[in-house]
Amino acid sequence: MNFQIAALLAQDGLTNGAIYALLALSIVLVFTVTRVLLIPQGEFVAYGALTMAAIQAGQRSAVVWLLVGLFVASAAIDVVLNLRRSERAPQLRWLFAGKLVYPVVLLALVYGLPLATLPMLAQIALTLALLVPLGPLLYRIVYQPIADASALVLLIVSIALHVSMVGIGLLVFGPGGASTTPLVDVMLEFGAVRIKAQSLCVVLVALLLIAALYVMFGRTLYGKALRAAAMNRMGARLMGISPVFAGKATFFLAALIGVMSGVLIAPMTTIYYDSGFLISLKGFVGSIIGGLVSYPLAAGGALLVGLIEAFSAFWASTYKEIIVFTLIIPVLLWRSLTSRHVEDEE
Amino acid sequence: MRTRIAFAVFVALLLVAPAVLPPFYVTLLNYIGLYGLVALGLVLLTGVGGLTSFGQAAFVGLGAYTTAALSTGVIEVPGMFMWAQHSPWIALAAGLLLTLAVALVLGALTLRLSGHYLPLGTIAWGISLYFFFGTFDRLGGQTGLAGIPPISLLGVPLQRADQMYYLIWAFVLVAALTTQNLLDSRQGRAIRALRGGVVMAEAMGVDTARSRMVIFVIAALQACASGWLYAHLQRFVNPSPFGLQYGIDYLFMAVVGGAGQVWGALLGAGVITVAKQWLQDLLPALLGRTGNFEMIVFGALLILLLQRSRSGLWGLVTRVIARVAPPAKKTPPPPTAAAPLPRRARPPRGEVVLEARAVTRRFGGLVANDAMNLTLHAGEILALIGPNGAGKSTMFNQLSGVDTPTSGEVLFRGQPVTGQGSRAIARLGLSRSFQHVRLLPQMSVLENVAIGAHLRGRRGVLASAWRLDRYEEARLLAEAAHQVDRVGLKNHLYDEAGALALGQQRTLEIARALAGDPCLLLLDEPAAGLRHREKEALGELLRKLRGEGMAILLVEHDMDFVMGLVDRVVVMDFGQKIAEGLPDEVQQNPAVLEAYLGGVE
Repeated sequence: MNFQIAALLAQDGLTNGAIYALLALSIVLVFTVTRVLLIPQGEFVAYGALTMAAIQAGQRSAVVWLLVGLFVASAAIDVVLNLRRSERAPQLRWLFAGKLVYPVVLLALVYGLPLATLPMLAQIALTLALLVPLGPLLYRIVYQPIADASALVLLIVSIALHVSMVGIGLLVFGPGGASTTPLVDVMLEFGAVRIKAQSLCVVLVALLLIAALYVMFGRTLYGKALRAAAMNRMGARLMGISPVFAGKATFFLAALIGVMSGVLIAPMTTIYYDSGFLISLKGFVGSIIGGLVSYPLAAGGALLVGLIEAFSAFWASTYKEIIVFTLIIPVLLWRSLTSRHVEDEE
Repeated sequence: MRTRIAFAVFVALLLVAPAVLPPFYVTLLNYIGLYGLVALGLVLLTGVGGLTSFGQAAFVGLGAYTTAALSTGVIEVPGMFMWAQHSPWIALAAGLLLTLAVALVLGALTLRLSGHYLPLGTIAWGISLYFFFGTFDRLGGQTGLAGIPPISLLGVPLQRADQMYYLIWAFVLVAALTTQNLLDSRQGRAIRALRGGVVMAEAMGVDTARSRMVIFVIAALQACASGWLYAHLQRFVNPSPFGLQYGIDYLFMAVVGGAGQVWGALLGAGVITVAKQWLQDLLPALLGRTGNFEMIVFGALLILLLQRSRSGLWGLVTRVIARVAPPAKKTPPPPTAAAPLPRRARPPRGEVVLEARAVTRRFGGLVANDAMNLTLHAGEILALIGPNGAGKSTMFNQLSGVDTPTSGEVLFRGQPVTGQGSRAIARLGLSRSFQHVRLLPQMSVLENVAIGAHLRGRRGVLASAWRLDRYEEARLLAEAAHQVDRVGLKNHLYDEAGALALGQQRTLEIARALAGDPCLLLLDEPAAGLRHREKEALGELLRKLRGEGMAILLVEHDMDFVMGLVDRVVVMDFGQKIAEGLPDEVQQNPAVLEAYLGGVE
C-alpha cells in the first residue's frame, strides 16, 4: 500500500464514517429520549436514496402513497379516539386539518411537477418533504400507544417495524438498485492526493447537521426540553414537557438525519431496498462504542467503523463485514470490564 | 388434570399424524417442530428471563454446519479423531460443545451489561457467522454443502420425512417438558426472579449473572440441536436459512405464541410457518409481483399484537378457554409435610451480630452517611429513625451489600463484609425487605416466598430439568408454606402476589425474608400501609422472632409502632447519628426534638 491508496481509503472511510456518525447520533438521541432502539433507522436511509433516484429518473414514486396512507391512518386513530371519548384523544384542531391537507399538497407536487428537470436542491427538498413526516407518523401509530412498555417490548416492536418497512420498500421501489447523480462532480487535487468533491460535500453536510444539532440542544428551549426528557422522563413530564411531543420530535430528527444520509450516499454507492439495515448497523456499532449515551464517543466510534471498513475492504475484502461486526466484541469486552453496573427496573 | 388430558391428546395426535396426513403436511409439521425447538429457547430467554437474542439462527447454523462438515468429511479431522468422522451423533455432540463455547463467550461479553447489549451483540454475531459461512470455500460458500448422510437410529437410516418426523418431535417434546420442569423448580424460580429486578434476586442469594447465562446457553443448545436435525432432514445446507432474517423470524414465533409460555412457542412456530406458506402464495398473486411481502404483514400484525395483548396468542387462547369452561374452583392443598430444612447455627443471645464502624458514603459532594456507627445484638430489635432524607435507606444499602461504603467497615458476626455484594451477605444469614415492595406479581404467594429459601437448596439446573430435585423441592415449598402461615397469609397461598393489598405484600416480603433462615432481619418500613390490626400482628411476630434470638433492624416512620416494640433506637439526621438509646430517652432528647420539630427558641 502506498500513500495514494492509503489516502484514498482514508477518504472513503471518513466519508462513510461521517454517515455512520450521523446515524449513530440519531440512534443515541432516539434511545435516550424514548428508550427505543431505532432499528428502522436504516430504512430511512434506503428510502431517501431510492426516492431521490426515482425523482431524478422522473418517476412518480409510489412512496407518496405510503405517506398518504400513514396520514390517513393517523387521522383515523385520532377520530376513533375522539368518537370513543377516550382520555387520550387529541383535540381535532388545525393540526388535524394539516394532517389532511399536507398529503394532498404533496400528491399535487409529485404528480404536477416535472420531477426530472427540477434543480437538485428542489429534488432534495421534495425527498425530505415526502419522507421526513414518516418519522413522527410512525411514532404516532406504532410507538405512542406503547410508550410505557418495557424496553424489551419496544425493541421487538422496532424489529417488527424494520421488517415491515423493508417489505414496503420492496413493494414501493422494486428489487432493483439505484444510484443518483452527485451533488458536485469534481475531483480536487491537493498535490498527490485527489479528493472527490462529493466526499467533501458529505463530510461538510454531516458536520453542518452535527453543529445544528449541537446548537439546537445547547441553545434552544425545545432542544433543552428534549434533553430534559432524555435525562428524566417523569421529571420532564411534570415540568410540562409532553412525552408525545418529545417522541415525535426525536423521530422527526431521526427521519431527517436518515433521509439526508440516504441522499448524501446515493451518488457514491448503489442502494437497494434492503441496504439500509447494514448501514444503520454500523451506526449501531458506533453508538455502542459510545455506550448508547455519549454523543462524541458515538460519533468517534462511527468514524472508526468507517475507517476500519475501508481498510479491511482493501486487505481482506471478502471478510470486510465480518471484521466490522466482530469489532463489536473488543468494544463489549472493554465496556463489560469497565462498567460496574447495578441495573434495575426502569 | 385438564392439562394432562390435553397433553395426552396432543401427543396422541402427533403420533398418528404421519399415518393420516398427506406428505406435504408431514413436511410442514417437521418444520414447525424444528422452528418450535428454537422458539422454545427464546421463550425461556425472552419471555421468562427478559433477555433477547437475534442470533438464534446463527446457532442453528452452527449445529447444521458442524454436522455437515464432519459427516461429509469436507473438514479433515486429525488422525486420532478419525472415528468421529461420518457419524451424525458424534457431530451432534461436537456441535453442542462448539455452541456451548460460543454461547459462553458471547454471554460473558454481554450479559453483565445492561439489557440492550445482548440483542445488539447477537445481531453482530449472527451477521458475522452468516458472512463467514458464505465466504468460507471449504464449506461450499454460497452454494452450500450437499451429500449429508442420514441419521441412523438403531441401525435404521432415517431417510424419509416421515421417519425424521418422529425424531424431530421427540426432541421437541423432551425440550418442552424439561423446560417446563426447570421453570417449576428452585432454579426456575431464580430464572423467573430475573424479571423482578437484579437487586431483589441478588438479595435473596440468586446469582443473577449465572441464571442469565444458564438460559442463554440452553436457548443456544436447543437452536443447535434444531440445526443438526435440519441438516439431516434436508441432507444439504447453505447459508441462507441462518441469516439474521431467520433470527428475527424465530423471535417473532416466540412473541406471537406468547413469550413466557412453553406451549406458546409451538403455537407461534405453527402459526407463523403456516401463515408464511399461505401468504407467500397469496400476496404475490395479489400484488402481481414476487418478493417477501409476507414480512410486511407479519411486522404489522406483530406490532398490533404487542399493542393489544402482550401475552401473545397463547394468552388469548387460555383466556378464551377459561371463559368458555372455567376451571373448577378448587384450591390446591398446601404442600405436603416434608422433612424440615436444616437451620443454621444461631448466635447466642446478646452476641454482636452486626457492627458498622465509621461507615461513610459520599455521592459526589453529598455525604449521605457520615461516620455512622451501629451495633446490633442477637435477640434485639433496633430501630433506625430520622426525618426524610436523613440517609436511613442509604445506610441500609451499605449494611446489606447493595452499595459499597466510601470508607468504613461493616462486620457481620465478626466477619468483614464491606463491599462483598448482597449475595454473599445473604449467604451469611442476612435477609431483608424493601421499602418499595419488590415481588413477582404474577407468581403465587408461595413461590415468591420460596425464592427467599433459594440458598437453602442446592439442586442444579439439570437435576431440576429431569425432576431429580423433588425431595428437596418439597422441603423448600413446605418451608415457604410454613413462613406464609407464620405471617398470617395462609388463605392466600396460591393467590397471585400482585393481587394482594399493599400491606399484605409487605407482610409477604417478611415471609420471604424469613424463608432464608436469617439470624439478622433488615426491614425497611414494614408497617407502612398496614392497618391497625395488621400492625399489631406484625409487632407480635417481631416480638416472637426476637424471643427466638433473631436480631432485627428496622427503619420505620410509625412512632407508635416503633416505641412500643423496639429495644433501642438510633436517630439519624443529615447522614449523622444524633442520638442513640432507649425509646423513652430518645423521645426526650432535645437534638431529636429539634430534628423532627424544628428548633425551639
